Amino acid sequence: MLNPLQKLNPKLFDKDVEQVPIRKGFGEGLLKAGENDKNVVGLCADLTESTQMLAFKQKFPERFVEVGVAEQNLAALASGMAAMGKIPFITSYAMFSPGRNWEQIRTTIAYNDRSVKLIGSHAGVSVGPDGGTHQAIEDIALMRVLPNITVISPCDSVEAKKATIAAAKTSTPLYIRLAREKTPVMTTEDSPFEIGKAQIVFESPDGRPDIAIIATGALLYKAFLVAQKLEQEKIGVTVVNLSTIKPLDEKTIKLVAEKAKAIVTVEEHQVAGGMGSAVAEFLAKTFPVPIEFVGVYDKFGQSGKPDELIAHYGMDEKSIYNAAKKVLKRK
Amino acid sequence: MSLTDEQVRNLEIKANDIRQSIIEMLLEAGSGHTAGPLGMSDIFAALYFHILNHDPKKPQWEGRDRFVLSNGHICPVLYSAMAHSGYFPVTELKTLRKFGSRLQGHPHREYLPMLENSSGPLGSGLSQATGMALSDKIDGYKVDRWIYCSMGDGELDEGNIWEGAMFAGKEKLRNLICFVDRNNIQIDGFTEDIMPLEPLTDKWRSFNFHVIEIDGHNMREIVDAVESAKTIFEKPKVIIAHTIPGKGVKEFERKFEWHGKAPNKEEAAIALSELRTLAGKIKSEHQ
Repeated sequence: MLNPLQKLNPKLFDKDVEQVPIRKGFGEGLLKAGENDKNVVGLCADLTESTQMLAFKQKFPERFVEVGVAEQNLAALASGMAAMGKIPFITSYAMFSPGRNWEQIRTTIAYNDRSVKLIGSHAGVSVGPDGGTHQAIEDIALMRVLPNITVISPCDSVEAKKATIAAAKTSTPLYIRLAREKTPVMTTEDSPFEIGKAQIVFESPDGRPDIAIIATGALLYKAFLVAQKLEQEKIGVTVVNLSTIKPLDEKTIKLVAEKAKAIVTVEEHQVAGGMGSAVAEFLAKTFPVPIEFVGVYDKFGQSGKPDELIAHYGMDEKSIYNAAKKVLKRK
Repeated sequence: MSLTDEQVRNLEIKANDIRQSIIEMLLEAGSGHTAGPLGMSDIFAALYFHILNHDPKKPQWEGRDRFVLSNGHICPVLYSAMAHSGYFPVTELKTLRKFGSRLQGHPHREYLPMLENSSGPLGSGLSQATGMALSDKIDGYKVDRWIYCSMGDGELDEGNIWEGAMFAGKEKLRNLICFVDRNNIQIDGFTEDIMPLEPLTDKWRSFNFHVIEIDGHNMREIVDAVESAKTIFEKPKVIIAHTIPGKGVKEFERKFEWHGKAPNKEEAAIALSELRTLAGKIKSEHQ
């Protein structure tokens, strides 16, 4: 059952659940952050509209910076601005930032400890027809490996808005992963959000779950659907929305592992180095339990419709369900 | 206003002090870069003892000029100039590259917070300095200060430099003054063999920079170039400083082999004796 404390979208399981691109929430959040603090500046590498920075540009033209198709400059320029007290948000497609400019992010932002907010839009295979070159499925790994950087992967547009507003108030480098396609809105304005806090969004009614599904990003929705199905089969399920991947909410992860003793992780990312890896690294040394990882297994993406690709790469409901059944057998 | 003879000699003595410390610290470290730091010692003496508006006792003072070192491997000259101008004790220079030292092999702000940036991987300093200058522009230049950036010439092979240059030109960042250490060497050989940079002044001009060429060992030219750069209103500025790698120690001069190695005990003794003789000459000329 849905955790009532989470105040989730009551229409979550309806066929006509509202669908909004996660990136749209970033655009709204940046506008709000810009209103809250005049030091917030927006930098973009020739993708202002599709990364949802247009509204900020129109409202605060003097605080909007167009750098052209030059992601290395985008990152290092922002580092210099942060050194002068600005709060730069830099946007591009995740494949180009942090994909293209990883070393500039490492040296001038992370190593240099400059408070730049990195926004990687169009992450995941669900970018669709543009094909594998534009589908970042490595970005969580690229950012999570860097000391000093917080990594956030919001599940929907509402959470992306909250994450953006909260990001502007932090003093550390931070990465927010966004997606292109419209995806179900699961949370509401009243749902709790805190950077660094995992949220238990679905619980076993008797408080004795057989399995925990830990998901990040829009695939959380599919985790809900699978949880509902398993519940009908009398299998107790906990679902965790792990929107902050780094720092990991170790307390919550350990708690759910201790209760369920079997875990499925779900992410639209390479299994190697992604959110599931982060969970496994932690649990392997604190409370080892069987884990199945839903994600991309060492392949690049390709053109297609988002749903086709999600299914092809084994991240659809069926794959999550099968992973759940498999991990239950391993208990 | 041009330097007086006395000011020139004082700065030359500072440059000599900086060079001696570079040799001493590299000998102690047992590794590091020799040619670049020696070649840039005159410019760093001019910067830290004349040009920069800074306060070594208040390194975080908001109104200070900013100095961004893009070619982090020449940090012995930065550390030496900082120590001699009072940021930290000169004796600390001998900790260079050692475990726990504030003087990391390439500069790291976490260890030495008075640095404006961490650097080492080449090509991103211009962008950082540009970001600083852009922030001042956005703020309407309410603080009257200059943003300086030092780049090497080999470093200009990096694409990131030209991304930054294109942007600085677009934004007409008038408080940005850059130095290019045109010493013609990089690790694998001479720049014009490895990846030709010429015509270098044309390149920068075409990116909408105001370009000044100088002898990077002539104190008057260094200081005059900066003064002249400050009169140009609508453009970022680059001073292409022709320097001799290893300058001040005959045995090291113009040899790319000295780009990335440190002197041994004998080589250091020769270098220090040469520098001390030179210092004596500068001082006696002054008297």
